[in-house]
Amino acid sequence: MEKKLPTIEIIEKYCKGCHICVEFCPTKVLEMQGFVAAVKNLEACIKCMQCELRCPDFAIKVTP
Amino acid sequence: MAFDYDKYLRPNKLPHIWCPGCGHGIVMKGLIRAIDTLGLEKNNTAIVSGIGCASRLPGYLDFCTLHTAHGRAAAFATGIKMAKPEMNVILVGGDGDGTAIGGNHFIHACRRNINMTYIIMNNNIYGMTGGQFSPCTPTGAKASTTTYGNPDPAFDIAKLAIGAGATFVARGTAYHANQIDKLIVEAVQHKGFSVVEILDDCPTTYGRRNKFKSVIEMMNRLKEVTVPIKAAEKMSPEQLQGKILTGVLFKEERPEYTAEYAKVIERSKGAK
Ligand SMILES: Cc1ncc(C[n+]2csc(CCOP(=O)(O)OP(=O)(O)O)c2C)c(N)n1
Ligand code: SF4
Ligand code: SF4
Ligand code: SF4
Ligand SMILES: [Mg+2]
Repeated sequence: MEKKLPTIEIIEKYCKGCHICVEFCPTKVLEMQGFVAAVKNLEACIKCMQCELRCPDFAIKVTP
Repeated sequence: MAFDYDKYLRPNKLPHIWCPGCGHGIVMKGLIRAIDTLGLEKNNTAIVSGIGCASRLPGYLDFCTLHTAHGRAAAFATGIKMAKPEMNVILVGGDGDGTAIGGNHFIHACRRNINMTYIIMNNNIYGMTGGQFSPCTPTGAKASTTTYGNPDPAFDIAKLAIGAGATFVARGTAYHANQIDKLIVEAVQHKGFSVVEILDDCPTTYGRRNKFKSVIEMMNRLKEVTVPIKAAEKMSPEQLQGKILTGVLFKEERPEYTAEYAKVIERSKGAK
């Protein structure tokens, strides 16, 4: 059975480029693209929600 | 679903004013999740602050909010709670606001054990005004006013609150984001004055003066220096050297102030 991928939305106008979500993602799903965070490897996401919880700026939303 | 913060935020207020990586945003999100878990009604919940970066928090929330004078959140909040004891009253603010200019109001709110919750965002500095030292700046640390290292010992906010009579005291960190709402939920449910200290980061005025290369290093430090109180029970004094305990640190039952005051009103009715 194919596993269901989460949706990760990054609201670029809110992202302040702090790197928190990128650095603390346990499976390195995210990366910085210039000033803002971006999804690099969605397949690796384990839906732990840590990026959403720690983003100080309401800029990342994970829908498992 | 991703958590819907929007329904608790005032429209068109984002992005907030806090700097990149400032932990105050993480704390605000924790508070919102706690309010959601508790099901607090917007019209029956007051969120009160003093002055500082941390104290900007109520402005973003779609509740009854009050942004007061520096250090005076507890005084205004006490007024609200006395007039409307049925209202949920939550105070928020920084270490400077709460333990320097507002230290007096803080200890007396603890002493009275009035049924409110106080969330202190402790980033060890006066962030808003450019990084002057606060009573919570660690000994030896650099601030704009202690360029040769701070000679003062720092307050332990939790011990201060317990000593002054608060009946629920907890500590979390901005790094341990998923614990913040759980601590606040317990604090609000407690009947009495509850204090939740969140160890926070100010990369802009504290981090860069104290050799933190990035907000990531500041977050990692929060992870490294803290130990959950449950885990600490199994650790030796040597292992606990320099560690800061997190979790619910203190809890007791004691008469609550608005209930006691209601009794005074009753007694006065019989007086001649
Ligand atoms: C009566 C008064 N004195 C001094 C100030 C200047 N002032 C504004 S914010 C602040 C310190 C805030 O520090 P803290 O509460 O730790 O909040 P942070 O900015 O670190 O989040 C000071 C001294 C003021 N606004 N009012
Ligand atoms: S949910 Fe967890 S695994 Fe997925 S991107 Fe966020 S931090 Fe990484
Ligand atoms: S944590 Fe939030 S603000 Fe920081 S880089 Fe990630 S999405 Fe942007
Ligand atoms: S100055 Fe410090 S406390 Fe104020 S918003 Fe910036 S990082 Fe946060
Ligand atoms: Mg401060």
